Amino acid sequence: MTATAETHRLTTAKAMVDGIAAEMERDPSVFYLGEDVGAYGGIFGSSTGLLDRFGATRVIDTPISETAFIGLAVGAAVEGMRPIVELMFVDFFGVCMDQIYNHMAKISYESGGNVRVPMVLTTAVGGGYSDGAQHSQCLWGTFAHLPGMKVVVPSNPYDAKGLMISAIRDDSPVVYMFHKGVMGLAWMAKNRRAIDEVPDEAYTVPIGKARIARPGAAVTVVTVSLSVHHTLDVAEKLAGEGIDVEVIDLRSLVPLDRDAIVTSVRKTGRLVVVDEDYLSFGLSGEVVASVTDVDPSLLRAPVARVAVPDVPIPYAHSLEYAVLPRHDRIEAAIRDVAAA
Amino acid sequence: MTVPTAPPPAEAPGGGPEKIDAETRVELYRTMVLVRAFEEAMLREYHADKGPGFDIGKGLVPGEMHLAAGQEPVAAGVCAHLSTDDAVTATHRPHHFAIAHGIDLRRMTAEIFGRETGLGRGRGGHMHLFDPQTHFSCSGIIAEGYPPALGQAFAFQRRGTDRIAVAVTGEGAANQGAFHESLNLAALWKLPVVFIVEDNDWGISVPRSASTSVPSNAARAAAYDMPGERVEDNAVEAVYAAAGRAVARARAGDGPSLIEVHTLRLWGHFEGDAQGYRKDIEDVPGRDPIPTYERTLREAGLLDDDAVSQLRASAAAHVEDAVTFAKDSPAPDPAEALRYVFAGGTS
Repeated sequence: MTATAETHRLTTAKAMVDGIAAEMERDPSVFYLGEDVGAYGGIFGSSTGLLDRFGATRVIDTPISETAFIGLAVGAAVEGMRPIVELMFVDFFGVCMDQIYNHMAKISYESGGNVRVPMVLTTAVGGGYSDGAQHSQCLWGTFAHLPGMKVVVPSNPYDAKGLMISAIRDDSPVVYMFHKGVMGLAWMAKNRRAIDEVPDEAYTVPIGKARIARPGAAVTVVTVSLSVHHTLDVAEKLAGEGIDVEVIDLRSLVPLDRDAIVTSVRKTGRLVVVDEDYLSFGLSGEVVASVTDVDPSLLRAPVARVAVPDVPIPYAHSLEYAVLPRHDRIEAAIRDVAAA
Repeated sequence: MTVPTAPPPAEAPGGGPEKIDAETRVELYRTMVLVRAFEEAMLREYHADKGPGFDIGKGLVPGEMHLAAGQEPVAAGVCAHLSTDDAVTATHRPHHFAIAHGIDLRRMTAEIFGRETGLGRGRGGHMHLFDPQTHFSCSGIIAEGYPPALGQAFAFQRRGTDRIAVAVTGEGAANQGAFHESLNLAALWKLPVVFIVEDNDWGISVPRSASTSVPSNAARAAAYDMPGERVEDNAVEAVYAAAGRAVARARAGDGPSLIEVHTLRLWGHFEGDAQGYRKDIEDVPGRDPIPTYERTLREAGLLDDDAVSQLRASAAAHVEDAVTFAKDSPAPDPAEALRYVFAGGTS
């Protein structure tokens, strides 16, 4: 972004919509469909204002029928359109996963590259507001585990817009997972980083390139989405005590920027992974392996993983906060690794 | 296109979609003969080197093989109304629809043989055939080919064309959620889709009486406010007539229709299936639709011994050319196993 570029302060949700609108303006084959994405504007503000601007032929409310309308997006993409289709909560993937991982994600490979599926699947993730076990999961590890779909997870307004534009322009299917806690919604607890200056112009953030959210020399924390905000809060606090934390915002799980992880650990020798998804068989293990596969001796201390300990997300506030990676657990892990 | 198809009857001046001329009748027969020649060749190639015993992963054609012998009338009757601009989404038993829709037989055969020259460069196999030239696709998951067909129809509709999508399932798949969601959405949005149900009486080993609560899946169309029609006798001209009405309706922008055809699975669910569960096995060969139709056309004076011999020889030559092409084609390079996960050939 140039110094002269016009910017506006936007929430993450508005920045995401800004990116969609820019591409809908530019490319008539882009359309947005899903449940309550029209007059309501998306339950989490993912399509606010788009109906008024582009009309009901391009911003399309669907029946509660995820298999049919996500599959419809697959077929439309195969025919050269560029659908953006919203799965309201990622937790609902169970009713439509076949269309996602057997069709959307596999057609390119099965066709030997002769068929492209240029679509974006958007979905809300994450907990922290007592929505219970069926509406609070992240599950990005599940999507990242299954080959054929790129998986992006923005944490802030700038990335939300830039990654959205990249996702729409990508000729491969992209899963765009937005955490409700970073969207800057009026009716949900907000982090101050959920609103920021965003360029008015269309710009891209490359998919597969991590961002150093905070440079530091003592401990590397690799994380994503809302946990980036929590980690930055903790890092600022610990800086006052002389613990210099480097925070890496992955931004994209597929492709995963393993070089950025290794480069940082090569510098600090210490690694903490913070992941709001489940602990076992997931992102946190993958990040650790990204280092140990290259050179285990880069690690001068045992690794700490702060994740959801393989339990359905509880309802009661006290229980939910006990299992989510929040400030207290992140801080304790960083202190342990820094002291080891 | 490898199979000449008749022009859409809806566009034929003076004739309704039900009208069928002599040329079309012979074409329907020709398509069925070509499909059968192909399936017989696959049967031969598949079993040629599976022994000793039967090892499903061995041989030039490894893996599961679902052949469509007996179901030719459905594909021939439906696809006679289509051009390669129209989309067809078939099932895990896809060859008859692929051939009737005009897929390149060499590249399809090469894919089944797992060769680099195949439709999917050997990444797909016989249940995952994708051909952008004819907008043909298929799926190994029952009923789940329906939703993408909606999307193809949606794209055609949005572009203001009269192109349509045909989506095929078996009768067992009509109990899946994807089937019902797709019928609802297609009817709601008046999408140009023709839904085809191939009722071959068997969901692998389970008879339809044990799987399906209604005598006819065509009746289920009423639940979604679309026409439903069941063709009872696996007769290609009856399929042709029913499909003509549905295709004309879709092209005119009047929305989807459902056609169920009571057809016949002449062979097993997959090759190697001993069919011990099957009670109708004795009289199955007698219900083969191809000799039946051949008799009809002979009686009508449209075929004689010479014509039949020529058609069969031509089909056999076409199929053997494709098999030879496949066998002569190289296997994919193992070093490239990760290519094409993403667009542009990247992994």
